[in-house]
Amino acid sequence: MASFVIRRLIAAFFVLLAATFLMYMLVALSGDPLEELRQGNAPNKEQLMDSLSARLNLDVPPYLRYFLWLGGVSQCFVGQCDFGVNVQGLPVLTLLEQAMGSTLQLVTSAQIIAIIVGLIVGITTALRQYSGYDYTITFASFLFFSLPVFWVAVLLKQYIAIGFNNWLADPVIGIPVIIVISVVSGLLWMSFLGGAAKRRLITLGVATASTAVMLTYFELTNWFSTPNVGIVGVVVTAIAAALGITAISVGLANKHAVRGALVTAAVGIALYYPMIYFVFPGMGMPLFLALALGAVVGGGAIGYFFGGRDRWQSARTSAIGAVIALEGFLMYWDAYFNSSRITGRPIATIGSSTPNLGGNFWIQGIDTFTHLLLPTIAIILISFASLTRYTRASMLEVMNQDYIRTARSKGLTQRTVVVRHALRNALIPISTVIALDIGALIGGAVITETVFGWSGMGQLFLGGLHDIDPNPVMAFFVVTGLLAVVFNLVADLLYASLDPRIRVS
Amino acid sequence: MSELNSALQDPPQGGGPSDETTIEQRQTVGLSQGQIVRKRFFHHKGAVVSMVVLTFVVLLAYTSVGLHMFGISIPGWWQWHWNATPPLVNSGVPTMSLIPGPGFGFGPHPFGQDQIGKDIFALVMRGAQQSIMIMVLVGLVGTGLGVLIGALAGFYRGIGDALLMRFTDVIITIPFLVIGAVVGRAVGGFGAPVLGMFLGLFAWTGLARLVRGEFLSLREREFVDAARVSGASDKRIIFKHILPNSVGVIIVSATLLMAGAILAETALSFLNLGVQSPDTSLGVIVSQNQAAFATRPWLFWWPGVFIIVIALTVNFIGDGLRDAFDPRQKKMPSPKALAKALARRARDARASK
Repeated sequence: MASFVIRRLIAAFFVLLAATFLMYMLVALSGDPLEELRQGNAPNKEQLMDSLSARLNLDVPPYLRYFLWLGGVSQCFVGQCDFGVNVQGLPVLTLLEQAMGSTLQLVTSAQIIAIIVGLIVGITTALRQYSGYDYTITFASFLFFSLPVFWVAVLLKQYIAIGFNNWLADPVIGIPVIIVISVVSGLLWMSFLGGAAKRRLITLGVATASTAVMLTYFELTNWFSTPNVGIVGVVVTAIAAALGITAISVGLANKHAVRGALVTAAVGIALYYPMIYFVFPGMGMPLFLALALGAVVGGGAIGYFFGGRDRWQSARTSAIGAVIALEGFLMYWDAYFNSSRITGRPIATIGSSTPNLGGNFWIQGIDTFTHLLLPTIAIILISFASLTRYTRASMLEVMNQDYIRTARSKGLTQRTVVVRHALRNALIPISTVIALDIGALIGGAVITETVFGWSGMGQLFLGGLHDIDPNPVMAFFVVTGLLAVVFNLVADLLYASLDPRIRVS
Repeated sequence: MSELNSALQDPPQGGGPSDETTIEQRQTVGLSQGQIVRKRFFHHKGAVVSMVVLTFVVLLAYTSVGLHMFGISIPGWWQWHWNATPPLVNSGVPTMSLIPGPGFGFGPHPFGQDQIGKDIFALVMRGAQQSIMIMVLVGLVGTGLGVLIGALAGFYRGIGDALLMRFTDVIITIPFLVIGAVVGRAVGGFGAPVLGMFLGLFAWTGLARLVRGEFLSLREREFVDAARVSGASDKRIIFKHILPNSVGVIIVSATLLMAGAILAETALSFLNLGVQSPDTSLGVIVSQNQAAFATRPWLFWWPGVFIIVIALTVNFIGDGLRDAFDPRQKKMPSPKALAKALARRARDARASK
């Protein structure tokens, strides 16, 4: 094992070395960095050109300049990285740190949501193979796979942001729209849950009716102008989350688990008013994280106390903590919505935050959310497609195995067969796909970042390319290349450790 | 095994001996490999529809505004050149109306005009031409190089294999967008064909790995030994014996490579790193017109729709080819097919009684 890792790392080191050289030459030879100055008519043209040449060592031929760059970067091994300076003379290392932070903020939540949604949709399509739902999702994932992200981004800006903002000025849904949305959601739930004709009809009816009731409630209470969850919302969501998560993870037949989950939900509900009035106004990031951790630990403790065979499932129901936090964000929605920088148009189309906004933790949180919304949707659309296909294929493969038939013939419930026997094995190949995806994350959002004016890794890369300045481009490449190599290795090791049939050698 | 599968999928209808195996066997008995593949491909509805649509798009793009490259100029049947600026009709709103009634028909500018009067139909057709050409060139060059490198590495193994594969690793480590941006910046000004060929020079890596894998396993098979014993040269073994056996893998990934290529090219052109103005491509049109979305949305819709249609159809064709070439592929018969088979068997049983 150790020798496998070491051999792989040594090979990767030389591969990266060669790739950086190739990359450096490609960038350096792609044009003339002085051309803009040469063609300009600044009076001190000569002087500017000389200073730029001196700053970027342009008098050294590229194949030797590469070694200058390499010398600077290799100082990373002694803790003094030197990625050189860009055209403006700013140290690239500082730019790189900012860009990485910004890009991580953009892609992390998007990737997590894409993984969750992709897994759920992939599993359900595999379970409903050759149904209308399966065909619809298959077509949708092919469509998403073929979407040019820059094109989708403009559509999102137009319809989600500008359209939604316009609509918010006078948020009226209207009865025909309510009917259409309700029926569509009913049909979605019906094809999603499947079953025999009678069950399908019941699902259709229940889903349509409940969606209609919810929308009417929103409409009547003018919810979209003054969004809030309220104590009723918290109670309903908490109990539904408790029961739903228990049903999927251990099944409702496990009385201990159900009791533990419900008690956790009750504690969360009891904490609602104290939290709203005493804790939330002074909220900051450390406190927020501490509370989230506290919710998880508390939920776990309750679940453990109530015992049963699965002591840990109760911790999973602490998702209700998130509902209370959501209320915090919604409480300040008004303040955000009407602030002078926003002026009633909350969904942002560009940038990563509203300049000079001010406000407390919640307002800043809302601001980040409204800026993240569109790029996140764009990223999800793209990565959702391939994840769904992989999950579906892997799940189908597993569901056709003999041991699944054995599990069924033992009389296990559908839930146990799918979640315990099939899903865990289906996740093995998917885990490597996800590992590779994460490796490609930082460098993969260049176009999305550009379209949404997000100053991250993409800007670093494209800016350097535009200026024919290898230093920023190489900083981008060192990070993405390293991540790709490392996560390739992680994927291999993960596969070997999860699947006992595979041995690394 | 396959009986179990169908039993698992459709427990109520199953019951007797396997329906699926018999249906599958009946479908393929006495057919050549090519016939089986063709038959399976034409059973994939999405792929067949996609092929028809793609053919239509390609014909439309190449006949409408004609062929103009390498100094050759063949005019098409469409009246406007993509650079001509006829006077604005109806302030540039698309004249196409497919709703029966007054104004039904294509009109002089079916896709509308931009602010200076350029005909968007001609422009989009020209863009589609360039994008399709780049896609095909990337596919051809990438596939050719990938097959060559993969075949050499997989067939000869040893030090050459190790070197070639490390070289592949070097290229694969660099994201395609990065290579595309650098290449596009360097040669984008020379026009679409040159750009396509240069992009293809870097697009072979995935294919090379696949082909190498195929060759590594196929070269150990008996038919290769037989060919070698009967005195076939390496060249003959590679091209006449092993390559035809890995053609399925190659065709499928070449198709998917092309679908990726058109998205990559349009993205590069959108970033001003691919095809350079005055030459045009679908990505360039979107890029030039994204600001006009609020006032002239048709400038933006049509090139995007063509990108999606081309990428989607190529993806579907690739999927159909994958299904067709996969020897392990057992298409589970739909409940309808199963019911039909059951009914047929019941009829046969009654008849024989």
